[in-house]
Amino acid sequence: MIRHTIGMAFICLGIVFDFLGVLGLLRLPDVYNRLQAATKCVTFGSAGLLFGVFVLKGFTSFGFKALLAIAFIFLTSPIAAHAIARAAHRSRIPLCKESVVDLYEADHEIRKEGGHAAS
Amino acid sequence: MKIARWLAGAVVIGVLTYLNFFVFRAPILVKLINVSLFSALFVLYRVIRGPSPADRIIAVDILGILIIGVLVLLGLHYDQGFFMDIALIWALLSFVASLAFAKVLEGRRLDD
Repeated sequence: MIRHTIGMAFICLGIVFDFLGVLGLLRLPDVYNRLQAATKCVTFGSAGLLFGVFVLKGFTSFGFKALLAIAFIFLTSPIAAHAIARAAHRSRIPLCKESVVDLYEADHEIRKEGGHAAS
Repeated sequence: MKIARWLAGAVVIGVLTYLNFFVFRAPILVKLINVSLFSALFVLYRVIRGPSPADRIIAVDILGILIIGVLVLLGLHYDQGFFMDIALIWALLSFVASLAFAKVLEGRRLDD
């Protein structure tokens, strides 16, 4: 009974994080803001949901597959987000008006002036 | 205009929450699956109307992770193990698809 309650609490927490991340994906003004909000919230939400399923199912094959899915998500989601952000910045998608600093662009200009090969 | 959009979004989310949690009679797990599916619907709005191509790629990436959650909850509801296998394969394939989309957006070839 306690195990069922804790598992359902983890699943509800994960669903709430998923929903808030999708709300950020809808509301924020910029590609990079949307990427940050959506990737962090949805990764953590899905991981919490899978951990709730692991708590509910215990040490069966179902639960171990849930843990393996948590490992996959934690390994792959930040890499995909980083690749998409880098590609968006290189294809000259502009930042929103309210942004203050663009350190990646400054770094790129310094590297170009220094004479290194800009890969 | 901004207030009208805010109000429309709040009304849509409120109506969906009321219908899901107070009118629709089902086990609690099915209601949670419905919340995930509504989230996927909102992500599809961003896929269709995204101003730039990067928005669409991000939305497809996020949709893949949401689908993993929906599949796991469906497997819990029907008590079948093969949904977890589909979720694992889906995680790996959506990662590969996101990397390929990022490379295409950057303007390079796939074998670069």
